[in-house]
Amino acid sequence: MRGMSLIVKNTTRLVAGFIALFGAYIVLYGHVTPGGGFAGGVIVAGALVLVVLAFGERFSREVISHEVVRASDAAGALAFLGVALFGYLAPNAGAFFANFPDWLGTPGNLLSAGTIPISNLAIGVKVGAGLFGVFLALALFRRRGERRLMVPDTGRLDSEAQR
Amino acid sequence: MDPLLILLLVLIGFMVVGSLVAIETRGLLSSVISVGAVGFALSVVFLLLGAPDLAITQVVVEILVLVVLVRVVITRRDETYATSRSTLAVGSVLLVLGILVAVVFWALGASGGAGLQMRPFGNPLLNEIGPASAMAPASTAGEARLGGPASGRGRRADGPAGATAPAEPAPSLPVGADRPETIPKSIGGAYLQEGLKRTHAANYVMGIVLDYRGYDTLGEATVIFVSILGAYAVLRRIGRHSHARDEPDR
Repeated sequence: MRGMSLIVKNTTRLVAGFIALFGAYIVLYGHVTPGGGFAGGVIVAGALVLVVLAFGERFSREVISHEVVRASDAAGALAFLGVALFGYLAPNAGAFFANFPDWLGTPGNLLSAGTIPISNLAIGVKVGAGLFGVFLALALFRRRGERRLMVPDTGRLDSEAQR
Repeated sequence: MDPLLILLLVLIGFMVVGSLVAIETRGLLSSVISVGAVGFALSVVFLLLGAPDLAITQVVVEILVLVVLVRVVITRRDETYATSRSTLAVGSVLLVLGILVAVVFWALGASGGAGLQMRPFGNPLLNEIGPASAMAPASTAGEARLGGPASGRGRRADGPAGATAPAEPAPSLPVGADRPETIPKSIGGAYLQEGLKRTHAANYVMGIVLDYRGYDTLGEATVIFVSILGAYAVLRRIGRHSHARDEPDR
C-alpha cells in the first residue's frame, strides 16, 4: 500500500497528533467526563489508521510494526486482568475486581476513583492496538495476498490496472 | 408535540431510509456509505437522549469501520448484482413485520389500553427515588428529559442521598415506613444514589462499567480479544502463504 498525495500527507502531519492526543484525553479522563477506554482506544486507532493510509505501508513497518501491535494488544488485556486480580489486595475484604475508591484524590479530579483509571488505560491500549492490528491485517495482508496477481509489465496490481 | 420527539422521529425516519438504501443499492461502496449515515444518525439520537458516552463510542467506531470497509471494499473486484425476488422471502419478511407491528401495538396498549402499561417516553424508572408504595409517574417527567442518567454527574449530590443509605437499613424499623425518601425503585436508582460515594467516579457510567459491573467488562474485553485473534488467524494464512511465494521477487 502506497501513500497518498502531498496534500493528504501534510494535512495528516498537522492533524494526526491532535487526534491521538484527544484519544489519550478521552482514555485518561474516562472516569470524569464522558468517554472511557473503549472510545479513546478507537480514537487512537483511528489516528494510526490515518497515518498508515496517508504515508503507506512504510510507517507500519518502521515505526509501529505488527509485532508491537500484537504485543500491546495482549499486554492491555493482561493489564486489565491484573487490575481485576489486584482487587484481592483490598484491605478488609479482598475480592475479584474490588476497588479502592479512597486511595487518593477527590471525586472529579484526574487522580480519583481508585482502579478505574488504570482499567480505562488498559482497555484503551487493548482496544486501540486490537483495532489497528485488524486494520493492518485487512489492508496489508490482503495486498500481499493479491501480489501474485501482479501484471508483469506495469508492476501494478491487477485490480489497480483494471481501474 | 415535544420538539425533542419530533427530532427523534425525523432521525429515525432518516435511519430507516438509510437502511433501505443500504440494502437495495447496487454498489458495495454506496451501501457502506449508507450504513455509515445510519450510524451517524444513531449517534445523534444517543446524544439527544442524554447518553454522550454512547454517542462518542458510536461516532468513533462508525468512522473507523467506515474507513476500514471502504478500504477493503474498494480493493475488491466483485460487485453485487440484483437478485430476483423470491416470493417466499418477501412473504416471510411481510409476515415478520406484521407480527412485529402487532406486538408493538399490543405492548403500547394502543388498542384501548388493554396491553402492557409502558412508562412514558423520557421518564425511565431509574429517575425515581421515593417510597416504593406510592407511584408518582408524572412528578419527574419534566426534569428527566434532558441530561439524563448517562451523564448525570452530581445529579443526586444535592439530594438527601448522603444522609441516609438504603444499604444499611435499621433492623428494628420496617423499611419504607419511616424513611420514605430512601428507597430507589430500581437498581439504576441505587446506582445514582450510591455511585459517587462508593466508586468516587464522577462519570457514573465508568463507575458502573468498571466497578459495579467489572465482570461484564472483563467478559467484553475477552470477546474483543478472541474476535481480534480470530481475525488475525483467518487473515494471516493468506499473508503467510503469499509472503513465502513472494520472497524471491524482492
